[in-house]
Amino acid sequence: MAAYLVRRIVQAVLILLGVSFITFFLLYVLPADPVRQIAGRSATAETVENIRRQLGLDQPFVVQYGRYLAGLAQGDLGRSYLQKTEVAELIASRLPATLQLMLAGIACELALGLGMGIAAALLRGRLADQALMMASFVTVSAPQFVVSLLLLYVFAVKLGWFPIGGYGTWRHLVLPAVTLGILGSGWYSRMMRSSMIDVLRADFIRTARAKGLTRSRVIFRHALPNAVLPIIAMIGIDIGIFMGGIVVVESVFGWPGIGQLAWQAIQRVDIPIIMGVTLVSACAIVLGNLLADVLAPFVDPRIRLR
Amino acid sequence: MKKWLTSTALALTLALPVAAQDYTPDPAAKAGGSITVTYKDDVATLDPAIGYDWQNWSMIKSLFDGLMDYVPGTTQLRPGLAESYEISEDGLTYTFKLRAGVKFHNGREMTAEDVKYSLGRVTDPATQSPGAGFFGSIAGFDKAGPDGLSGVEVVDPLTVKITLSRPDATFLHVMALNFASVVPKEAVDAAGADFGKQPVGTGAYKLAEWTLGQRLVFEKNADYWRPGVPFLDSVVFEVGQEPVVALLRLQNGEVDVPGDGIPPAKFQEVMGDPAQAAHVVIGGQLQTGYITLNVKTPPFDKVEVRKAVNMAINKDRIVQIINGRAVPATQPLPPSMPGYTKDYAGYAYDVEAAKKLLADAGLADGFETELYVMNTDPNPRIAQAIQQDLAAIGIKANIQSLAQANVIEAGGAGTAPMVWSGGMAWIADFPDPSNFYGPILGCAGAGDGGWNWSKFCDEALDAKATEADSMADPAKAEDRLKLWSDVYMGVMEQAPWVPVFNEERYTMKSDRMGGEDALYVDPVSIPVNYDYVWVKQ
Repeated sequence: MAAYLVRRIVQAVLILLGVSFITFFLLYVLPADPVRQIAGRSATAETVENIRRQLGLDQPFVVQYGRYLAGLAQGDLGRSYLQKTEVAELIASRLPATLQLMLAGIACELALGLGMGIAAALLRGRLADQALMMASFVTVSAPQFVVSLLLLYVFAVKLGWFPIGGYGTWRHLVLPAVTLGILGSGWYSRMMRSSMIDVLRADFIRTARAKGLTRSRVIFRHALPNAVLPIIAMIGIDIGIFMGGIVVVESVFGWPGIGQLAWQAIQRVDIPIIMGVTLVSACAIVLGNLLADVLAPFVDPRIRLR
Repeated sequence: MKKWLTSTALALTLALPVAAQDYTPDPAAKAGGSITVTYKDDVATLDPAIGYDWQNWSMIKSLFDGLMDYVPGTTQLRPGLAESYEISEDGLTYTFKLRAGVKFHNGREMTAEDVKYSLGRVTDPATQSPGAGFFGSIAGFDKAGPDGLSGVEVVDPLTVKITLSRPDATFLHVMALNFASVVPKEAVDAAGADFGKQPVGTGAYKLAEWTLGQRLVFEKNADYWRPGVPFLDSVVFEVGQEPVVALLRLQNGEVDVPGDGIPPAKFQEVMGDPAQAAHVVIGGQLQTGYITLNVKTPPFDKVEVRKAVNMAINKDRIVQIINGRAVPATQPLPPSMPGYTKDYAGYAYDVEAAKKLLADAGLADGFETELYVMNTDPNPRIAQAIQQDLAAIGIKANIQSLAQANVIEAGGAGTAPMVWSGGMAWIADFPDPSNFYGPILGCAGAGDGGWNWSKFCDEALDAKATEADSMADPAKAEDRLKLWSDVYMGVMEQAPWVPVFNEERYTMKSDRMGGEDALYVDPVSIPVNYDYVWVKQ
């Protein structure tokens, strides 16, 4: 276990290094000059060169990347070019909001997805099954921006049950989390349905039924724990997709997370922020996957970590 | 050398701002209350030496003051922290007498030393101010560094003398820019690079709270030196709000001013609904949207071709694309800018004449070129209209729709034959015709990376522009504007641009907002002049 963990952590560091290199390189070759954004439209050529020198952007790629890594090794993500604020501070101020929304969103999509999947598996072939699978299709293909606005309009503006966007209380959290939940539930419901159907066909379920166990005991004690296994691995992978959806949902609901920060930084070519947010997101995805792998043997003793 | 207040010309200089200073706020105005303003993006910085976007510009204006200021809702100068000023006869020395007893938000009294420090800070290359270039006429600018500017001299605690290296008719406007705001050295030193988040000024409001990515709260400065203002106890800026959502919240009575304005997709709905349209205030702004034609790239090096393009563009149709939110433009200057040539009709929309001009240039079969455009609505749609207009005279323009930074890069590097300026269009820094020339049409901006994307450089016109800006004597103001009008007519003669439209401003406000409409379309404070608006409770 320990050796496995060490190997995985080394792998994770290598992945993050790779991500940092690729992102840094893409930003380096991008035909957009951050110095122009800082210097403004009235700047003289001298001012522009002076700023370029101060930021070290006149140096070759290797030197710039080396300096960035050296800072990173000391936990320094640099300062924003335009806001002049520490990137670590900007991210730290927004990370709790994103984590909160992410956890609530995942909880919602699991509750919705698993519930729909189980119901569909049990009612397999009936009209309800077809309706549920149809619904999952709609949620998978619905555009995030439209669903967000629709929910906001109906439940906040028309019915007034929740605030119209913003951040602070649990009431602010409900709509964005449910939006993410609805949008993500489709995948889970389909996965859960097929996984559940497979398990229900298995021999041990027949044995359990033959022993005369009640229907609910067969489903919840024997079938469900086995059917849910592949789903756990999926959550780890899902974090990556989730990060993408969060940018849109955060922007519609005015949720002050890192998605918003990244979007603004990209428009302003604020390289230190783009790098910082990319690395933090990559970290979340790597950790999510690692966590899913580490937890798997606890849920399913057949899995061994090597 | 220096003559104190003797000539009639100087008396005139002083008379204007003093009369203008008598701005009477709304007599019905009530003190108290708070308003909520929303924005999509977080505020970049509140450091007056750094902030240079339309979002933080008016915020900084309310937190800080400079020596000069504008009469609310107008483009007319009035003294700010300076009580009065004198200009030497040669136009090279400005002596400002400061108001006594003005306090910074930290309680310390503002003195001439602070003015010297602030001007030195903004021009020090280490500050990386995007506005440093505006102060180029102050003596010692070329050697600006940590020791400040040699041309700024403290005469006594309430008098500061600024010496210029050349006469500069725009200098008082420059002193009204946010970049010229007076800041206390000790607060800047204490905050270091974070001064933009912990601003300390002399303005009508002080920053009470800033939760990154969520909200900023401006609190009334009870010690403000202008009596009676501001009216509001506080202004709350909520950031991260999608403009469409801000509009819903306005209708729900939760928002007073949606800072990003009316989203283009909602414009017709808002204007078509009398209940919503009643919340809209319309005003002009000092903006021109234009197409640049790169005079260094064939075939745009031929003036006939540039004129042909000018005659091929149907400006009325482009104005329709943006729901009539603009007026067609005839020249680089917008109509409300001093120096605008009223009796000039511009190039008429005439497809046949345009074709003939192309044929005269030996391009009867047309040619292929590229049009660079920013990729946010409505700019790609406008680019398509331009593309169709050009196709009608045989020019095949391929559209390069890119992110803003990429378009600016291509324009600056001179690799873009044509650029539609939408989303990056020129909005004046101050209401003076010179502001539309230097960086975007003059030789200074035509170098690699400059904002003069047509790379147009006419030394005779440049000389005329310099001459106009040397006419600092207010008695010659009319002659100066005439000279500027000539400069822009000279530009149109060579047609490096197609001036397309001048956008108008549409600001929305809630029912409870008070104060005259001009405060909501203030040419200097966008979207609202926070110091003078009030709530009806």
